[in-house]
Amino acid sequence: MVPSLEVTPEATSAADVIVVGGGVEGLSVAWRAARRGMSVAVVDPDPGSGATHAAAGMLAPVSEVTYTEEPQLRLGLASLALWPSFRDELEDDSGVGLDYRSDGTLKIAYSADDMAVLDELATFEQTLGLRVERLTGRECRKLEPMLSPSIRGGMLARDDAWVNPRLVARALLAALDRHGGTLIAERAVELTPRGVRLASGTVAAAPRVVVAAGSWSSRLLPGLPVRPVKGQILRLRGPAGFLTRCVRGLVHGSPAYLVPRGDGEITVGATVEELGFDGRVTAGGVYELLRDARELVPGLTELELAETTVGFRPGTPDNLPLIGPVDAPWPAGESREVDVLAATGHHRNGILLTPITAAAAAAFLTGDAAPEIVKFCDPGRFAK
Amino acid sequence: MSEDVFVLGGEKFASRLIMGTGGAPSLEVLDQALEASGTELTTVAMRRLDPAARGSVLDVLRARGVRPLPNTAGCYTAGEAVLTARLGREALETDWVKLEVIADERTLLPDPIETFDAAEQLVADGFTVLPYIGDDPALARRLEQAGCAAVMPLGAPIGSGLGIRNPHNIELIVEAAGVPVILDAGIGTASDAALAMELGCDAVLLASAVTRAQRPDLMATAMRSAVTAGRLAHLAGRIPRRRYAEASSPGW
Repeated sequence: MVPSLEVTPEATSAADVIVVGGGVEGLSVAWRAARRGMSVAVVDPDPGSGATHAAAGMLAPVSEVTYTEEPQLRLGLASLALWPSFRDELEDDSGVGLDYRSDGTLKIAYSADDMAVLDELATFEQTLGLRVERLTGRECRKLEPMLSPSIRGGMLARDDAWVNPRLVARALLAALDRHGGTLIAERAVELTPRGVRLASGTVAAAPRVVVAAGSWSSRLLPGLPVRPVKGQILRLRGPAGFLTRCVRGLVHGSPAYLVPRGDGEITVGATVEELGFDGRVTAGGVYELLRDARELVPGLTELELAETTVGFRPGTPDNLPLIGPVDAPWPAGESREVDVLAATGHHRNGILLTPITAAAAAAFLTGDAAPEIVKFCDPGRFAK
Repeated sequence: MSEDVFVLGGEKFASRLIMGTGGAPSLEVLDQALEASGTELTTVAMRRLDPAARGSVLDVLRARGVRPLPNTAGCYTAGEAVLTARLGREALETDWVKLEVIADERTLLPDPIETFDAAEQLVADGFTVLPYIGDDPALARRLEQAGCAAVMPLGAPIGSGLGIRNPHNIELIVEAAGVPVILDAGIGTASDAALAMELGCDAVLLASAVTRAQRPDLMATAMRSAVTAGRLAHLAGRIPRRRYAEASSPGW
């Protein structure tokens, strides 16, 4: 759609950078830019309420390896390496603890069939130079006594970590505020040659705009290949220490995971559904999650089912994010006063990829060199 | 071979490999596999898909010109299957349906009674019904009599990759069938697909064997060749099996 240029409502106070989307990606890009001395405004009616709110927060490139996805693995490992310093700086800047834990992921095979799959994957992981240890069922249960006696075996990925995404969002908001960033609690309607038009009709003007609107990014940048991939996810509440590590399981071929927090909350996820923006929690979704989680950890039926959530992973055709400059959506030849950057499409890995996304976007904004690995994320790569 | 077309429900297909879409790590990998497979018909699970959603698996099929075949995967009763088939008809504007009614979630084996019940209702409702069944020649015949456009016996349970566990039954189904026989489920590798075609099946449907392979595009290419090879071997007619050698170049 061609933006209307006749009506130019008064622009809000100008900033160097407008970031559309207040999830972990947008907030961390804004925070990084603000730390570099730019004036930054984030546009979001309800920051941290999208995929960030639903996400489990696994930083698990090793245990998530999939055939055909080596670039995704390399990118994930690069970002995982940035997490400890990202956490330290963010906790310092915000005074908010992230519940960052690095005790590794225990990957469980429920049946002998599941074990065969896991075993083949472990071999693949070892050929990639990743550190994984095969464990017997009893060894798994020594590490996590709440696991079912019926599990067949498992694998420990010691280098995986996890974090509480809701705390990350809270910390980023506090840190951004501390560095003078502002929040415009409105919905962005469209990009204009001067900035971002808000739902109220005003234009937030800035020479640079970062689109980090997750699954909604293609509403602002219509050519961007991002689609919502629905996930249903549960939060259980129990005694702290019920589980001490991230547990991922393969239960009769279907994947499940349990992520424990320091306060006793356990996140159980997640369905993967190609149903557009369908925000319903379904009986079948909750049933399947609990069915598989209970096979792995029978005792969890005694915990409180504290929350059911739906989130939309911003999926791309190749499961890699879109980070970098994009063509603005107005007609060619139109005066180009605004540079547009995408920082979206993180699919299942938004929390993991937050540090590298923030580092890359900040580099693009300041004209510095972005990390080499981010070349895989060029938003223009699908153009044929 | 150009005249050896596969006719299903009155439509002609050059490819005898029908693909499923489940299990691929990404849409791009699925797209590459579909291209390599040369398929013209691909199943999509209606219960896990919003046909209006942009950038979905349906868009991948549309861009490739592959015809989508809605299936009723995940249904346990005839009632659900009929409902799902109608949703698929409305959403995809096709009256073709791959009818799949499973008996339990561990084996995913088809429930013959619910399947037959649903098939009768769907045929009466004007659908072109392609039922997924066990390797049961009697049931296959009954479904054909009930008006199904094909029968789709399994080689082995869905996703098991165990190949064709009872080739004899598949042969019996082929022998008696007046409609196309499509070997559905259980294919693990290329030789399984070739065997299905050698046994006289008209086509093969597979998904996991390709989408879960370490290199899906390569396995799709292998399956395409295997289906073609098996079909040619079937048309050519294999030699009889003998207990002892027979010199191929007689000495006189």
